Amino acid sequence: MIENLLDQPFANWMKDGAEDDDIVLASRIRLARNLEGIPFPQRANIEQLAKVVSQMHESLDDLNAMKQADYMFVDLEKIPLLERLVLVEKYIISPDHARKAEKRALLVNVDTTASIMVNEEDHIRIQSIMPGLNLTEAFSLADQIDDTIENKHDIAFNEQLGYLTACPTNLGTGLRASVMLHLPALVLTKQMNHIVNAVTQIGLTVRGLYGEGSEANGNIFQISNQLALGFTEQAIIDNLYNIVKQVVDHERAGRAELYREATDTLVDRVWRSYGILRYARSISGQEALSMLSDVRLGCDLGIIDKSPLCNFNELMVITRPNFLQKLSNQPELDSVERRQLRATIIREKIKQEGI
Amino acid sequence: MLCSDCKKRPACVHITQIKNNKKTEKHLCEECAKNIGAINVSFDNQFQVQDFLKGMFNQEFFADAQTTNEVICQDCGMTYGDFNHKGKVGCSNCYIAFSEQLSPVLTRIHGANRHTGKFPKRSGGALKVKQEIKKMRQELEQYVINEEYEEAALIRDKIRSLEKNIGMDNKEA
Repeated sequence: MIENLLDQPFANWMKDGAEDDDIVLASRIRLARNLEGIPFPQRANIEQLAKVVSQMHESLDDLNAMKQADYMFVDLEKIPLLERLVLVEKYIISPDHARKAEKRALLVNVDTTASIMVNEEDHIRIQSIMPGLNLTEAFSLADQIDDTIENKHDIAFNEQLGYLTACPTNLGTGLRASVMLHLPALVLTKQMNHIVNAVTQIGLTVRGLYGEGSEANGNIFQISNQLALGFTEQAIIDNLYNIVKQVVDHERAGRAELYREATDTLVDRVWRSYGILRYARSISGQEALSMLSDVRLGCDLGIIDKSPLCNFNELMVITRPNFLQKLSNQPELDSVERRQLRATIIREKIKQEGI
Repeated sequence: MLCSDCKKRPACVHITQIKNNKKTEKHLCEECAKNIGAINVSFDNQFQVQDFLKGMFNQEFFADAQTTNEVICQDCGMTYGDFNHKGKVGCSNCYIAFSEQLSPVLTRIHGANRHTGKFPKRSGGALKVKQEIKKMRQELEQYVINEEYEEAALIRDKIRSLEKNIGMDNKEA
């Protein structure tokens, strides 16, 4: 089962057909929880960390009693760093969790809709990720997992401060809701800075997904709530949802305007990028992301009209360095080999999907 | 163009410095640039929220910084000074130990210092009831002061039954 998780680039959040999924790639909910009476992971000793892992292992059966649940327990210490980094590229664990693996574990549903990081910054980090704009379903699943765990274990909670977390920014609900968006038109029309400014003033943050806000990262952004205390979970989610809806509207309007005002330039750009992806023999990760963004925009606007399209989310993950390394089955790819392999895979994928 | 330091590898980092109105330009390769700390490509050094927090929890709020830094959490041994440095607390008890120092800062970060969201279902249920009982006790006192004994008796019975529900009655007896 773990092989599947590591070898298959496809994860549930990449599915298409969800709300606004031409622009919203995925919605993610994270709940931070800690067990009562054990110091938080940064300050816990090996025995205490091991205790957390074993307590969470006890919850495996309870989790599997939930609907559509098929959880497995992964001892992160026992899998190599490369495989842990692949999990990062699929958004199943965080980079921190991958790098520090001692007495760290992961419980993950085989359909990858939900996972629980054990001993990351907090003892328990419940994560649920759904395709498109679907914070409600993601929260509902994370909430059920939280109840299931709490049913057996005492969770650190304080009447006034709510759920107690290692970092005071997560205190209260322990909730971080985030949405991944593809916003090429807002970047091309130079409106992204305004959006970032406006959004940060109302308690949300915007980050680029691969590195901070540059254009070369495939025009993918992540918007999430910054505040976790003093609001109900529902209020936090509603607030984010409303803002994201507006950003989506702006992006759609931006796309329409771009197409109207600069048809020739845009069509040329899309097909040039397609040409590179279709025929290049060597391509860097950044270039691939940025070309994929153009082609994806081209498909969304009907410039490239031969659907079904290849799954861009999947291509995005396949072309990440660690995933390529894993896929190659070779000891260590150098950057030249990696670029070549990346180009080969993209060529085949795009051909195979018959655009 | 070759790196102006090692003169071996091609230059890929171009630095223009203006100091005292004098402009100097350097063209370095990745290696040499890393050595002088001009670029930071390391994965581990990403800027984190905690770095901001460190600034926020600084002692300027508090009259006596020394004593504040020495406040210690008896459970995990973390001092407020440690916390200030790391931006993360050591255990759940730290929030109680540092409550006096943290409260104003929490309001600054979140704009609130009271949780209004979800309660843990099993352990939190009792907490919620306890909170309710506390409120009713205050009402009870008020009724007694006002000599509204009928109302007082009603609320007393309500409190008893709630206490019984969450198993607090044994203690009280």
